[in-house]
Amino acid sequence: MTLALDATLCGLIVAVALATVLGRGVFRAIVFFIVYGLLLSVAWVRLGAVDVALAEAAIGAGLTGVLFLAAVGKLARTGAEAEPAPGRPHLPAALACAGLTGALAWAWFALPEPERPGSDLAAALPRAGVENPVTAVLLNFRAWDTLLESIVLLAALVGLWLLARDEDWHDRLGLPQHVRPGGVMESFGRLLPPVGVLVGIYLVYIGADRPGGAFQGGTVLAAVGLVAALAGLIRTPRVTGHLWRAAMVVGPLVFLAAGVAGAALGAGFLTLPEPIAGGAIFAIEIALASSIAVTLAFLVIGPPERGHRR
Amino acid sequence: MTGPTLYALTGAALVGIGVFGLISARHLLRRVVAFNLIGSGLFVFLGAAGARGGAADPLPQALIITGIVVALSASALAVGLVVAHARASGRPALPEEDEEA
Repeated sequence: MTLALDATLCGLIVAVALATVLGRGVFRAIVFFIVYGLLLSVAWVRLGAVDVALAEAAIGAGLTGVLFLAAVGKLARTGAEAEPAPGRPHLPAALACAGLTGALAWAWFALPEPERPGSDLAAALPRAGVENPVTAVLLNFRAWDTLLESIVLLAALVGLWLLARDEDWHDRLGLPQHVRPGGVMESFGRLLPPVGVLVGIYLVYIGADRPGGAFQGGTVLAAVGLVAALAGLIRTPRVTGHLWRAAMVVGPLVFLAAGVAGAALGAGFLTLPEPIAGGAIFAIEIALASSIAVTLAFLVIGPPERGHRR
Repeated sequence: MTGPTLYALTGAALVGIGVFGLISARHLLRRVVAFNLIGSGLFVFLGAAGARGGAADPLPQALIITGIVVALSASALAVGLVVAHARASGRPALPEEDEEA
C-alpha cells in the first residue's frame, strides 16, 4: 500500500518535471515547476527528511517560484518576453540524457550498503548541545559548510546588485508593485504576515530540538516580507540602507565570533565545546535567521530599478 | 523494489530531464528552471541514499538543506543576469541560438 503511494508520487513528480521542460510557454513551465517543488517536499516527508521537506517547500517551491514569476514580469517590461521558436527535436540530446539517467540508476545499484546506524554521529550527538541531529550537523559538526554557505548568500547578493544600472543605484530594490485596493493581493498581504511571522519565529526557535531551524524559519520570514512588499503595504529598502546591511552580515559575524570563542576555549576554530554549545547554537540560529531572511528576500526582489516615485 | 530505490530512480530520471531541458531550451529562463531540476534530482538521489536501512541519515539532510539554499542564491544571480541580458539585447535567448533558428 505504501509502495503504491510512493510509486504514484514518483510518477507525478516525473510527469510534472517533464511538463516543466517540454510544455509550451515560459509562464506555464514556471507554474509546473512550483507544483513540482510542492510534490517534492511531500517526497521528502516520505523519505523521513522533514527538515528538508520544510526547506524544499519554503525555498525550492516558494521563493524560487516567486523569483521566476517576477523574472517573467521583468522580461515583459523589457519587451523581450516573446519566446524564441522551439528548435528541432533534439534526438541525440534526448538519448544522451536517457543514458545519463541510466548511468545514475546503475550507480545506485552499485553503491555499497552503508553501515547502520551512523555510529559516530549517534555517539557525538549528546555533546552537540541540541537534540535535532540535522541542526547539530549544520551548526556544530559541519559548521564550516554552513558558515561558508551564509557567505555564499552574501556573495550572490553582491553579484546581483552589481547588475543594477548606475542611474538606478539610489532607487528602491525591485520594481514598484501596484495592487487593486481591497483586492485579493492586498487582503492576503494583511492576513498572511502575522501568521507567517509567528510560524517563522516558531520554526527558528524549535529548530534546536525538532524539525525546523534558521534556514526554514528565515525563509518563512523572508516570504512574509515579500508578501507585504508585493501587496504594496511596505516599500522595499534601498541598497544604501545601513540597518539592512547590518542585518545581512550579523549572521556570519555571530557565527565567526562563536567559532573564535571555540578556538579561545581551546577546542579549535568553529568547534563548539560542550558547555557553551547549546547557548552558542541558539545565538547563531537567531542571528543567522535574520541574515537569511533579509538576504533571501533581497535576492528574490532583485537589484534596484527605476520606476519608484521619489 | 524498496522506497529509497524508487526515489533514487526518480532522482536519476529528474537529472536526465533537467539536462535535456538545459540543452533543448532556448529561452534563458527555462534553462535556469531546468538547472534547478538537475539540482533537485541530485538532492533526491543523495537523500534516498541516506534513507536506506530505516531512519533518514541527518548528514546528507544537512548537506541538502545547504544545497537548496545555495541553489536559490545561484538561481537569483542567474535570473538577474538573464534580465540584464534581455534588457541589453532585447532577447531572452543567447545570440548564437538566434542565428541557428
